[in-house]
Amino acid sequence: MSDSAQTPHADEVETEATDDRPDEPEGESHVEPIETGADAVVAALKNAGVDYLFGVQGGAIMPVYDALYSESDMTHVTMAHEQGAVHAADAYGIVTGDPGVCMATSGPGATNLVTGIADASMDSDPLIALTGQVPTDLVGNDAFQETDTIGVTQPITKYNHFAASPDEVGDDVSTAFALADEGRQGPTLVDLPKDVTQPETDVEPGKPEMPDTYNPPEKADEDAVSEVADVISDAEKPIILAGGGVIKANASDELRAFAKEHDIPVMTTMPGTGAFDQTHELSMGIAGMHGTGYANMAITLTDCMLAIGTRFDDRLTGDVKTFAPDADIVHVDIDPAEISKNVKADYPLLGDAKAVLDQLADAMTDSPRAEAWREQCQTWKDEYPLDYEMPEDRPLKPQYIVEQFDEAMPDDTIVTAGVGQHQMWAWQYWTWTEPRTWVTSHGLGTMGYGFPAAIGAKLAKPDKEVIAFEGDGSFLMTSQELSVAVRENLDITIVVLNNEAVGMVRQWQDGFYEGRRMASEYPWVPEFDKLAEAYGARGFRLEDYDEVDEVIQKALAYDGPAVVDAIIDPEENVYPMVPSGGDNSLFALSEDHLDEI
Amino acid sequence: MRPEGRRNEDGIRIDPEAEAKHEPRRAVLSALVEHEPGVLAEVSGLFSRRQFNIESLTVGTTVDESRARMTIVIEETRPGIQQAKKQLRKLIPVISVRELDHDSIQRELVIVKVNGEEPDKVHAITEMYGGETLDAGPRTITVEITGNVQKIDDAIDAYKQFGIREIVRTGYAALSRGEQQTAEVEDEVKLTADTEVPADDD
Repeated sequence: MSDSAQTPHADEVETEATDDRPDEPEGESHVEPIETGADAVVAALKNAGVDYLFGVQGGAIMPVYDALYSESDMTHVTMAHEQGAVHAADAYGIVTGDPGVCMATSGPGATNLVTGIADASMDSDPLIALTGQVPTDLVGNDAFQETDTIGVTQPITKYNHFAASPDEVGDDVSTAFALADEGRQGPTLVDLPKDVTQPETDVEPGKPEMPDTYNPPEKADEDAVSEVADVISDAEKPIILAGGGVIKANASDELRAFAKEHDIPVMTTMPGTGAFDQTHELSMGIAGMHGTGYANMAITLTDCMLAIGTRFDDRLTGDVKTFAPDADIVHVDIDPAEISKNVKADYPLLGDAKAVLDQLADAMTDSPRAEAWREQCQTWKDEYPLDYEMPEDRPLKPQYIVEQFDEAMPDDTIVTAGVGQHQMWAWQYWTWTEPRTWVTSHGLGTMGYGFPAAIGAKLAKPDKEVIAFEGDGSFLMTSQELSVAVRENLDITIVVLNNEAVGMVRQWQDGFYEGRRMASEYPWVPEFDKLAEAYGARGFRLEDYDEVDEVIQKALAYDGPAVVDAIIDPEENVYPMVPSGGDNSLFALSEDHLDEI
Repeated sequence: MRPEGRRNEDGIRIDPEAEAKHEPRRAVLSALVEHEPGVLAEVSGLFSRRQFNIESLTVGTTVDESRARMTIVIEETRPGIQQAKKQLRKLIPVISVRELDHDSIQRELVIVKVNGEEPDKVHAITEMYGGETLDAGPRTITVEITGNVQKIDDAIDAYKQFGIREIVRTGYAALSRGEQQTAEVEDEVKLTADTEVPADDD
């Protein structure tokens, strides 16, 4: 956030986003001696192997930016808005598994990061935020662009720290990096007062290291693992519920091997999507409010649920009173506070998902006898497939568009999404086969997440195809980042499923508020294809079924950011749906059905 | 096809024979924390945002100046107490958390300012509760009493006859009895097949 024009502070200058760093000789990594606190911050990031930083300049963070001026190993990506920076860094963390780094100045710069930090906290995404702060002697005086960033971000960070000395600031950043990365991942923040980054120091920071008092569990208790192995083999109706923790722990291979070895059906939560291959016959799809009917039937009737790396969010469980009521619940988690927080774990296994799956695989002496159950699961899959009605002519069905892009793109394509109906359609109708390919805002439900996330994902994985699904309401919130995608010439396809509404709200109004569509209809949104062109991106408008193939081909073929403004059926809704706080087995397949349950 | 079972509002499977409604109870938690700026705010913020019902919180340094001890009294159901302990332990500057049992030493200090018309009677009550007179004037007498919550409540009741002008209570400070350490410095979160998930003390 650069300073406002009205400010009388002449020493706080406007800064330009252009990259005018001197050219460094290719391939030569040149180590600058540490002279200031800011140099130590930069050195700590380099030590940690950081290659991209996402941020926006501003007064109090200027010393750190200045230290980056001659830095050749790390690339700073200037974003249009700090929210764009934090979502891009968050997505970088999701697709690589290593903490993404975002930076902003004090005051509004820091507060603009807040939504993205809260988002990372809800989804346990590895993220570091570096925020400028006014000089220490002004802290508490309501100085220009002063905000109590530590106070504001305390409830939404795993750890935050106010840097107090130039000699220690490098190690502060290293510690924050280690804490973002290790154990249950999450966002950390270091607040950097200008009089800590500016003054001289020559103290070299160490490698990222966790504080002595932080000891995340690794392996689960062996006796408990053997007991659980017996419980699973004795089950008649076993299922595995794979959460985001499976992907965070890089345990997808172990999960797949375990499920296949013992013939246990697998469903995933929204963050766990991609942990299991949906084309495999054991896949039970996705669970929860807008999950598949067959997954929710299996949740309700299982007698043994192996839940791995999930926090039993209310969008998954519905009413906990009816959640897997007959099941012995085995809960594998790295965070003791998640055990029995929302749903009581009959068999808690505390540890890293990968390590515990290895232990369990070793401890299993028999497989469950579950032929009848697997047949039952298949019957539900046949009975309640994801489905929608295809009209002869326009308007376009959003599900169809998702399916057509899925077909046209490789299996390991990274898909990002904002929040709302378009996100649910992308989740439901894409075929997920690989971990770290589904990048969205799960817990916080942050509209506008998808597109800046696609920027971070593409920079992190330049060899992968990246597609962002957005809604018109969602895209409106962060579309200014098109300027960045064009500047960096990122080959991203943005598909706006445009129903001229915040459709999920409109759906709830129709379902639960007697159709009183207060503030949910957006007939005033711009033509997004033209908006794209204004930024220098390619824009396509898609309205008819006979244009779909051609537009997809052209958009994917374009080497740069392409926006497809897809005009979809404004009345289309997301089903199946378990009403909020409902019973998972009572899912509505259509609006009429909603009235019955 | 409907399942037989049910869970209660805490997500615990209902055993039809032993359906247990969890009644809130008072728990005294002792936490050893890094003595650094912001820890008190972090702990109190945690209790407020997770809606744990907090009765009192005291904090002070320990022998090791880099560490402080907090005594926190909460009123919660059993799952609530478990969750409070685990969430507290999760904060990075928190080194160890322990729930103190009834046997532990628990003390609170109260300062009471009463009307001074009947100094002899006030003095007698102060003596009876082993308290001390801190200030005595023609119009007010200020006394201190130390003890457990029951004793302090009783003393306050006794002073009411004179008219209490002002009162301040410190909240509990507590240590475990005898050889047992109040909070281990080296702690290990251990989890077994036991359905109770322990914090450091179980």
